[in-house]
Amino acid sequence: MLCLPAVYYLSTMTKSDSTSSLTDAGQGVIFSIKKYSMHDGPGIRTTVFLKGCPLNCWWCHNPESKKLAPEPVKQGANRPFSGFAGSDGKVGRIMTVDEVIAEVKKDEIFYDESGGGVTFSGGEPLMQPDFLVALLHAAKRYDFHTAVDTSGFASAEVFECILPLTDLFLYDLKLMDDDAHRKYAGTPVAPVLDNLAWLARSGANVIVRIPIVPGITDTPENLDSIIRFLLERSVLRNVSILALNHLGDQKYIRLGMENKLGTLKVPSQERMAELQERFIRKGLHCTIGG
Amino acid sequence: MNKRIKKLRTESLDAQPYLSAERAVLLTEFYKSGEVEKESVPVARGALLKYIFENKILYLGDAELIVGEKGNAPKSTPTYPEICIHSMQDLEILDSREKIPYKAADHIRNIYEDDIIPFWTGRSLREKLLTEVDAQWIDAYEAGVFTEFMEQRAPGHTVEGGKIYKKGMADFIKDIDDAMDKLDFFNDNKALDRREQLRGMRHAAEALIILGKRYSIYAMEMAATEKDVNRKKELETIARVCDRVPEHAPENFHEALQYYWFVHLGVTTELNTWDSFNPGRLDQHLMPFYKQGLDEGTLTKESATELLQAFWIKFNNQPAPPKVGVTAQESATYTDFCLINVGGVKDDGSDAVNEMTFIILDVIEEMRLLQPSSMCQVSKKNPNRFVRRAAKIIKTGFGQPSIFNTDAIIQEMVRMGTDIVDARRGGASGCVETGAFGTESYVLTGYFNIPKVFEIMLNNGKDPRTGKCIGIETGDPESFKTYDELYAAFELQLNHFIDIKIKGNRIIERLWASMLPAPFMSLLIDDCIATGTDYNAGGARYNSSYIQGVGTGTITDCLSAINTHVFIDKSISMSKLMAALKNDFSGSEDLRNTLLFNTPRYGNDDDRADDHLRRIFESFFSAVDGRPNTKGGQYRINLLPTTCHVYFGSVIGALPDGRKAGVPLSEGISPVQGADINGPTAVIKSAAKIDHLRTGGTLLNQKFTPQLLADDAGLDKLVHLIRSYFKMDGHHIQFNVVDAATLRKAQEVPEDYRDLIVRVAGYSDYFIDLSPALQEEVILRTEHADL
Repeated sequence: MLCLPAVYYLSTMTKSDSTSSLTDAGQGVIFSIKKYSMHDGPGIRTTVFLKGCPLNCWWCHNPESKKLAPEPVKQGANRPFSGFAGSDGKVGRIMTVDEVIAEVKKDEIFYDESGGGVTFSGGEPLMQPDFLVALLHAAKRYDFHTAVDTSGFASAEVFECILPLTDLFLYDLKLMDDDAHRKYAGTPVAPVLDNLAWLARSGANVIVRIPIVPGITDTPENLDSIIRFLLERSVLRNVSILALNHLGDQKYIRLGMENKLGTLKVPSQERMAELQERFIRKGLHCTIGG
Repeated sequence: MNKRIKKLRTESLDAQPYLSAERAVLLTEFYKSGEVEKESVPVARGALLKYIFENKILYLGDAELIVGEKGNAPKSTPTYPEICIHSMQDLEILDSREKIPYKAADHIRNIYEDDIIPFWTGRSLREKLLTEVDAQWIDAYEAGVFTEFMEQRAPGHTVEGGKIYKKGMADFIKDIDDAMDKLDFFNDNKALDRREQLRGMRHAAEALIILGKRYSIYAMEMAATEKDVNRKKELETIARVCDRVPEHAPENFHEALQYYWFVHLGVTTELNTWDSFNPGRLDQHLMPFYKQGLDEGTLTKESATELLQAFWIKFNNQPAPPKVGVTAQESATYTDFCLINVGGVKDDGSDAVNEMTFIILDVIEEMRLLQPSSMCQVSKKNPNRFVRRAAKIIKTGFGQPSIFNTDAIIQEMVRMGTDIVDARRGGASGCVETGAFGTESYVLTGYFNIPKVFEIMLNNGKDPRTGKCIGIETGDPESFKTYDELYAAFELQLNHFIDIKIKGNRIIERLWASMLPAPFMSLLIDDCIATGTDYNAGGARYNSSYIQGVGTGTITDCLSAINTHVFIDKSISMSKLMAALKNDFSGSEDLRNTLLFNTPRYGNDDDRADDHLRRIFESFFSAVDGRPNTKGGQYRINLLPTTCHVYFGSVIGALPDGRKAGVPLSEGISPVQGADINGPTAVIKSAAKIDHLRTGGTLLNQKFTPQLLADDAGLDKLVHLIRSYFKMDGHHIQFNVVDAATLRKAQEVPEDYRDLIVRVAGYSDYFIDLSPALQEEVILRTEHADL
């Protein structure tokens, strides 16, 4: 495999995680596999959520995806944590490539019928690069349509590895200003923009996904800056705007994590339509939701 | 919907169901008259129908286009004391119960007390039936191992084919006379029986002509005094229509609908067969009349729609015949399972979707009535736009239409020996039952409580509720060394109770054939006339009898739990499990949680659970399928519960799947409520592991929120979901697009709603995972979506 070893990758991107033995080309950490996933690419899909993320977005609705290692979660009465929270009371599970693909393959008939496939999401799936590449290779052995849902914050080498195996990138673009990106997402923005520009040049099929977080990402400056970037530095014209949601609120409580935006009001449908119009006016194809 | 239809629809919705004594009175007069003793039973029954139609009060409502009521007015409901007698107490219960009441006025109660009850006591079929079946049958019946359909209602499960659109009652009379001429008294030992059956049928055909002619005269009389010019014209049209049909074959769209409606009245007045009797493939039957009307300029899309809507209201005017005894308290629906089919394939197997299909779907959506129910037959040959149109109606959330797999239905019938063209003319009726329309009698004989049999096995043949030994002694479960030993014991009990059921059925079938033949129904279903054999005695070309398995999800999870924890992990001993069941898990909450949450369960596309279902299916199938009934046909299985999973659950104590005592069983082939936590594709994959093609119908219910279907992409995915299930030979699927009330309940009892998916602003997730505030938001939006 062409990719850099995960241990190198991890040591450069997330120094806090010293759990590299959890993920390699044979196995990795998954925190959920969702079937009948309707918003992560075309058709009926299965979304595989890889655990671990170098970002720390305030609006993240999957807080359990941040740490790479499986972690304990408070069990509500008769309320299993969405995804895997087995009898060990932990969210996240080490799975082999074969195990993941066996689960994905179960819905093959639905992909055939609907033009669907598998989406690798996270966390940041590129944070387990060897595992992700191995999963994509395995998916391609079955001719599955593959999508990767990424924050873009990864090394250029990893993108080079997965490009030939990925039919669609769902690429998050949150904040254009470096200071704001550091503040609200926890990392510099430069790699995100560089990788996106590179993907565009390389002819990748990309839908740019923009989370709409009132007062943070939906400022005219930020949105115009995104639009300019897309029009001037890329050939990418497909955009999807996603409204802030509070799906993760319960999870923050059960993980004992701080939820910085727990009370922020979600944008109205009218507001979303207004923003959609803003993108369309500039010649971009824009949908609301996945 | 125009003003007329709005008015008729409102009248139908507002009318309070009430009991009519008219049929019971006419019946009793006729039986007291002495005519009955002079004739053979079939002739008497045919003559009875004639007497009723000669004397019943006619109803022709203001603004009506399609005419005729079973009772004296919309929602007036006759009774059938020759089958079962409503006691004074039954009438009181029906009148006063909070839900689904049937009003029983004082004068009706007086008639019952003075005439009906005294005369029919000792004469009704139900009393006879309960004395003819043996003690084992009674024990199993009382324990709730099975129900009996024919104890209160006639074996009517059948649907009309296309022949009435080509032949009037006068033509049937000619067919009857021809058949009588051909009787061979020299060689055929049954020639006399056949002649009597045919004579009965002749009376029945004449009876319907009389009803039509009376309506024609009545409409003409009304027209004579009608001041409104338009209405006068309409009444004259009605008079003309009723003069022609049912005596002769219909010549236009209006006559076709009116003719069917008279036929429906004939069937449901003769006996209290389920209203599952219906016109069947309505788009196919009406298309030629529609086209002809358009070509001749006598019909428009609007006028055809109006007539269809008027026709729809007629069905809604007929509440189900009320039950007696215990079932009077339990039965909680006015619906009588009339299921109109659209789509499917033509005789030659090609795509049958036509313009009429879409007009009928428009009517279904606009009328939004409980009755008639409707379904779409979806073949791989039908276009997606048809399925998408259906999905748009499903989305509106009133549970219609349900979706059926034509290609599977045809294969099911062909496996049973039905000719392929007859099979293509068929479909599904009632809930999900497969049948060849116009040529098959496919009688449901009773629901069968599979988990109850399992409970009896766990108790070594005893019913723990009563302590009575009603099964066979298959051994103390603590003595079973392997899972296979336990399963073998279960299979023995299963075969034991199926034997009891089938023995009872064979007695009951003969009682109906001899005591209450159905000469009118016999006119409609081939080959009753040709063979001079009654519908209830095997006159139909195909005669299937069904036993409907209930609780497949529950039993699968029970077996999976025992196998996993008692035999594989050995983490729970059989004695500990049995003690916990006895105490309804009180004090064993941890054990119960293990059973509930750490067991592979049906509905998750997990073979560790689903393999148990495959095995149960084989056992149930081989216990029933292919055994002979008394009508020249065979017993078959299907897997559907209607609402019986609630009753069946009420007679079972705690079970090894973690279910507490008295709680409803799983419904249809759906997973146990809340056991499926991997979304609809996983449920569908699990359900497809049943061999649907060896059944006569299975029922799969899926819950969706309206948001999941809010946009075109959501609708498309629903179409893909359906197509995928049908590729795997799934028989039927229906979508329960949940309302706010259900979501409220999900908040109260989240463990029962773990499978409920909601769509929230472009994302979807399990409802119970959402924060309380977000749940509120979804509910609020759902309520808006319901408006």
